[in-house]
Amino acid sequence: MPLPQPGATDPRVIRNFCIIAHIDHGKSTLADRMLQQTGVVDGRSMRAQYLDRMDIERERGITIKSQAVRLPYRGEDGHDYVLNLIDTPGHVDFTYEVSRSLAACEGAVLVVDAAQGIEAQTLANLYLALENDLTIVPVLNKIDLPAAQPEKYAAELAHIIGCAPDDVMRISAKTGEGVPELLERIVRDIPAPTGDAGAPARALIFDSIYDTYRGVVTYVRVIDGRIATRDRVKMMMTGEVHELLEVGVISPEPVPGKGIGVGEVGYLITGVKDVRQSRVGDTVTTAQHGATQALGGYRDPKPMVFSGLYPIDGSDYPELRDALDKLKLNDAALVYEPETSLALGFGFRCGFLGLLHMEIVRERLEREANLDLISTAPNVVYRVLGDDGVELVVTNPSEFPTQKVDKIFEPVVRGTVILPSEFVGTVMELCQQRRGQMLGMDYLSEDRVELRYTLPLAEIVFDFFDQLKSRTRGYASLDYELTGEQDADLVKVDILLHGDAVDAFSAIVHRDKAMAYGVMMTGKLKELIPRQQFEVPIQAAIGSRVITRETIRAIRKDVLAKCYGGDITRKRKLLEKQKEGKKRMKMVGRVEVPQEAFIAALSTSDTNPKK
Amino acid sequence: MRPLSIYVHVPFCASRCGYCDFNTYTATDLGEQVQRDTFDQLLISEVQLAASKLGADLRAVDTVFFGGGTPTLLSAKALVGVLESIKSEFGLRPAAEVTTEANPDSVDQPKLDQLVAGGFTRISYGVQSAASKVLKTLDRTHTAGAAADAIVMARAAGFAHISADLIIATPGECDADLRDSVDLVTGAGVDHVSAYTLIVEPNTPLARQVAAGVVPSPDDETAAHRYELVDQLLSDRGFTWYEISNWARSGGQCRHNVHYWQNDDWLGIGPGAHSHRSGVRWWNVKHPRSYAERLDAGELPIDQLEELTVEQVRLETMMLGLRTAAGLDLAAVDAIDSVVIAKLIADGLLDGPALADGQLRVTVRGRLFADAVIRDLTN
Repeated sequence: MPLPQPGATDPRVIRNFCIIAHIDHGKSTLADRMLQQTGVVDGRSMRAQYLDRMDIERERGITIKSQAVRLPYRGEDGHDYVLNLIDTPGHVDFTYEVSRSLAACEGAVLVVDAAQGIEAQTLANLYLALENDLTIVPVLNKIDLPAAQPEKYAAELAHIIGCAPDDVMRISAKTGEGVPELLERIVRDIPAPTGDAGAPARALIFDSIYDTYRGVVTYVRVIDGRIATRDRVKMMMTGEVHELLEVGVISPEPVPGKGIGVGEVGYLITGVKDVRQSRVGDTVTTAQHGATQALGGYRDPKPMVFSGLYPIDGSDYPELRDALDKLKLNDAALVYEPETSLALGFGFRCGFLGLLHMEIVRERLEREANLDLISTAPNVVYRVLGDDGVELVVTNPSEFPTQKVDKIFEPVVRGTVILPSEFVGTVMELCQQRRGQMLGMDYLSEDRVELRYTLPLAEIVFDFFDQLKSRTRGYASLDYELTGEQDADLVKVDILLHGDAVDAFSAIVHRDKAMAYGVMMTGKLKELIPRQQFEVPIQAAIGSRVITRETIRAIRKDVLAKCYGGDITRKRKLLEKQKEGKKRMKMVGRVEVPQEAFIAALSTSDTNPKK
Repeated sequence: MRPLSIYVHVPFCASRCGYCDFNTYTATDLGEQVQRDTFDQLLISEVQLAASKLGADLRAVDTVFFGGGTPTLLSAKALVGVLESIKSEFGLRPAAEVTTEANPDSVDQPKLDQLVAGGFTRISYGVQSAASKVLKTLDRTHTAGAAADAIVMARAAGFAHISADLIIATPGECDADLRDSVDLVTGAGVDHVSAYTLIVEPNTPLARQVAAGVVPSPDDETAAHRYELVDQLLSDRGFTWYEISNWARSGGQCRHNVHYWQNDDWLGIGPGAHSHRSGVRWWNVKHPRSYAERLDAGELPIDQLEELTVEQVRLETMMLGLRTAAGLDLAAVDAIDSVVIAKLIADGLLDGPALADGQLRVTVRGRLFADAVIRDLTN
């Protein structure tokens, strides 16, 4: 019996599924094992974590961009099947991308570390999968670990999904134990795709990546009809029409073919150069006799967190611009525009989906373009209603109105924290401090709790991850999704150095926290800025009202007493060194501030979710 | 022909002071035949070698300065012997200035008499302070009384000029202590005072004491105040300021140091001594043993040499000139930003009226910020 070929595969033998797992719970290892056991990759050419392509992903152990691999599989019943493994991004910032990947599947393998239990992000993605009516195959991984507690976590999973503990599979992706049974279970439990082969073509874009050599590679799942080479295809949301240069499947390298049909998963290459022309969530149809009704669920990526990005060496500005332009080709969610800061020079105001997205962009810029960057404290998007009824969207503290306003709205999220029950008190305290409203609390098992809160996004952006980790010794996990906005008593706190506001340090904060921010920032700057020939006040102010002040005492002398006999060289070298130091100074009014002071004041580890 | 000076370094001390990071040793025998008693012979051999290498540039010297260390740990005969060799190899200009540094407790009347008889015209005592608690902090072995006696003896011996070094703003020193110190040396009859702010040099016993909290860290507030005080006290007593750390009665300026600040030529003799000739600087190997080995081999004991770039010469000229009361002749340096000058005058760091005469000169406040002034002007 010939193997089912791309473009000529009976939907009944297709199983489209993804793996939902927390970072480090073994998703990539399991995917590797499936590739190996289905024979698409032999042991020798096996590269660990085959599916995570970019270095950065491999190093961080997370998957940013999903891919789809077609695995031919001969079942125990002797029939040939096609398993399409659709990889999903694993982080909170990419919820929308995850939802599109899920929409391309009929089932999901839920992988949970048998030594750690389910984490908040996994739970969130599980709920997304359930909303998409996916069939869930629950799996405990790493049962070979001495610390594994399969009984306990099977019960926990059963409780969450509503199945019997015995239905939870136990595997070790590392050793391969249980993986053949899992493949069988996928074939048995996950429904085959259904669709109308005779209807106009409709394919869901669930991923879109930019390849230097090929241009944009678009990953699709065909819902109805068929997409074939030399078709002209139309992106239904953007309305753009492209020549289809190549259609194929990934197995695990790209295999060009004649086309793909109902239920199949593959890639399209149209020669476009920008992922914005081929957007995740959009529907691909044929230009002629195309569908009129797009598949539902498309959303424009919406940046929620903004930060200024500046080259530490001002002369790197053009390189930063080029690097952003290049990155944008592969990142539909990234937005940026030039910005000038008194303190930091020329840079860009960048918008991100969230904190992780911000970190990833920054790291890629630093790594791929070899740039040293400094980022200002991130802030969220505010909607300001003026007294005159005019609405203003504020993405930068400098845009915050100085006159009286009617209302200010800030984005709020529904946050889910999963944590050992012993830390419930301290985490509730943290959420209270961060203006959280408790929504509910559930025991997942006798010692693990799920806490749900409504929280202002701004509070999460500001060192919430760090606090959560340190308060729970790293045992808590957090997930959040945007749920709307609320009006709040927000103010802009400016930091004044010798009377001059330093733009990079301005922040929009809740009125109750203005003092704390002011005290923290002025205190930090007092330590970082060298003494000047005159006294330098450092003030925090709301509008014209000073709320806190520190003072840098004036330096009283700056002279070396002695020229050491004839050793003029020593004195000259000292001066040369001092002159070098002076070059790195930036003037804020009359105050000389070393570049390092700005960097140190802004690199609050506070804003870094990976720490 | 530009004046030539000679500096002679004597790397011995009777005991080591906690603040000192100079090239000096307390042992009398440094091994490999390097001994304090015969060290004069090494110095003489370097004088002879240096003279022989100078060729057409060989000329009579205007000033000689014996520094250390404690040069007076050598016998008067030895010191005079080295001076004699300089006289015979180079020649001395008429009215040449010949100085030796001395510790108050390393001299007696006969020794001072012999030095004057041998051609020394000036003596510079390391008095440091009149306050015994300050002397103790500084590990000085002499007493205030001994310092006064030594100055009086030097006058009796017939030195034309007598100087005293003071260290100001030592932790524990108070204003009254400084007043006493100034009164002690001026009362005993010096015509020159050098007052240096205490610097905690790295890797000295003092630095360790400060790090351990045994001695409080000197603060710049106090140092600035004491500097202003010593300037006032000396002015009141007829002394005139002429370099950051130096004051003199009329005719009492140290010509040797003035040559340094004018970027004139000088030869450094002895371990670690620095030399300068027409934009080239070099310095000798630091340790007396390697110094002796090089001389034994018939070589000049030069460690490193640097040829100054135009930019470096300019920087040094400005750096040295701006530290002096004479100031910097604007005509001698080009391309100074007039906006910077105007700002420094407005900030009270440069003397406005002096600018009208074509001189850049620091004010009293400007002296305390001389390094900042130099940085601003050379940027």
